[in-house]
Amino acid sequence: MVIERIDEQLPGAILDRHAFRGDRTVVVDRSRLLEVVDFIFREGYQQLMDVTAVDGGQRDPRFDVVYHLLNLTSQERLRLKVRVADQESVPSLVSRFKSADWSEREVADMFGIPFEGHPDPRRLLMWEDYPGHPLRKDYPLDGGDAFCSQDIGASYAPDARSLNG
Amino acid sequence: MAELNVEHARTSDSDRMIVNMGPSHPVTHGTLHIVLELEGEVIVKATPQIGYLHRGVEKLGENLTYQQFIPLTDRLNYCSSLMNNVGYTLAVEKLLGIQDPPRSRVLRVLCSELARIGDHLVCIGINAVDIGAFTAFLYLFKERETIYDLFEMMAGQRLHSSFTRIGGLFRDIPPEFEPLCEQFLDSCPRAVDEMERLLTHNPIWADRTKGVGAITPENAISWGYTGPCLRAAGVAQDLRVGQPYLDYETYDFDVPVGTTGDVYDRYLVRTEEMRQSFRIIRQCLDKLKEIGPGPVIIDDYKIALPPKEKVYTRMESLIHHFKLIMHGIDMPVGEVYSATEAANGELGFYLVSDGTKAPYRIHVRPPCFPIFSSFDEQVKGRLIADAVSILGAMNIIAGELDR
Repeated sequence: MVIERIDEQLPGAILDRHAFRGDRTVVVDRSRLLEVVDFIFREGYQQLMDVTAVDGGQRDPRFDVVYHLLNLTSQERLRLKVRVADQESVPSLVSRFKSADWSEREVADMFGIPFEGHPDPRRLLMWEDYPGHPLRKDYPLDGGDAFCSQDIGASYAPDARSLNG
Repeated sequence: MAELNVEHARTSDSDRMIVNMGPSHPVTHGTLHIVLELEGEVIVKATPQIGYLHRGVEKLGENLTYQQFIPLTDRLNYCSSLMNNVGYTLAVEKLLGIQDPPRSRVLRVLCSELARIGDHLVCIGINAVDIGAFTAFLYLFKERETIYDLFEMMAGQRLHSSFTRIGGLFRDIPPEFEPLCEQFLDSCPRAVDEMERLLTHNPIWADRTKGVGAITPENAISWGYTGPCLRAAGVAQDLRVGQPYLDYETYDFDVPVGTTGDVYDRYLVRTEEMRQSFRIIRQCLDKLKEIGPGPVIIDDYKIALPPKEKVYTRMESLIHHFKLIMHGIDMPVGEVYSATEAANGELGFYLVSDGTKAPYRIHVRPPCFPIFSSFDEQVKGRLIADAVSILGAMNIIAGELDR
């Protein structure tokens, strides 16, 4: 399998691995992401389906950047994860996958994770001077007062953070 | 950004003109804003601006229970909301490790294929209207009304169906459903034939679509294309065949594939897919007869609500009802990515559960997002009229594009 071959060819690149309900996940060393992606691209994982992130809140390092790859020949999927702390950057995959362009811009916009080497690092969904990153866990659910630059991200109603009370 | 582009054009090249397509122009299908830089009549650069419809669906999902998120999936692609319901529910069922009853599986396939036909009817019809062919659209829209009548019988709603439940369906189909569905299977193929007679060999349609937006298979894969747009480029990738779900492997159908990936091939692929969907629906109706009446939701009151008669008469069921509504389902800790073949391509849901009643992270992978990101490359060096036909053939749904 591809995970064993990564182990063989690039020892030490995989920090952690697990499988759940048939989904295989490997956590990759941030500095070796491009190496691993190049390797599994040659192994047949040529379609980058999706890039997203998970905010771990208080956890250290705070974010997981999650890549979903598909092997069109064998129809196997693989999930790559990279752990990053706040303000730490991730190498961009645009040179390898064109679909990484917008997906990475969306993650950078929604989570505030910079992608190193991205050719067009503008915001994608929010406007250029929008304060804050809406999908972070500490961002208020009601959106906050986006037009109040002094009090960035402050909630209109601090007690209305959850829809379920 | 529009202002920045204007500034750039003024200083670098005085011949360039900026034209804003959208955000509310009829061809932009919702609210899309595309800044076109023109040299004469030729497009030099296209900068799509998305985010006008951004409602923060993912953020909302993190604060709702798994069940409460289903109505939000309706709003992603309002042309085929039933398919979004099915895709999301399958993701939650994968997380739980459960399977819905056989009758529910057949009904899910049936409503997905109806939704696929409806989606393709709209896509082709509106694409033709954008290009200037109005009659084909009228033939198709009549059939779309019948599809919505069928949805209304199933789900009680025409547009925002919220038909599925975790572990099955909201309810079984009524007896009047089958005769109308038979009638639809008789009349809709004829409407598709009429449409083909109007368009397929029409020289104006061919001039406006052939060679427009052509893409190589390698580029299509690299851009993350899925669905009809990828198949039109010659890659026979269909999740219903490649990674079957809902017992799709037991149905008999073909996957149409194009050669050039241009707008004309996308049209042909969608047309043929509708014909294949008619075949699948026919098989669904046969299977329903074979299976006979039966439950359409699993019999596990820790996941699906008990029937109302039991809630009103038995203490145990009342407690289950209360626990499910107030505390939600006991979710295992873990993460899944579940993908289904929606009308437009791969619709994926990535769920991260921390064991509480609400998903810790919910991410939607909409099919048109990566496809639209290649818009600049597709229209470079072409005319505005070509940009219109390319945009229509990409089938951009603003609701799922920026979620």
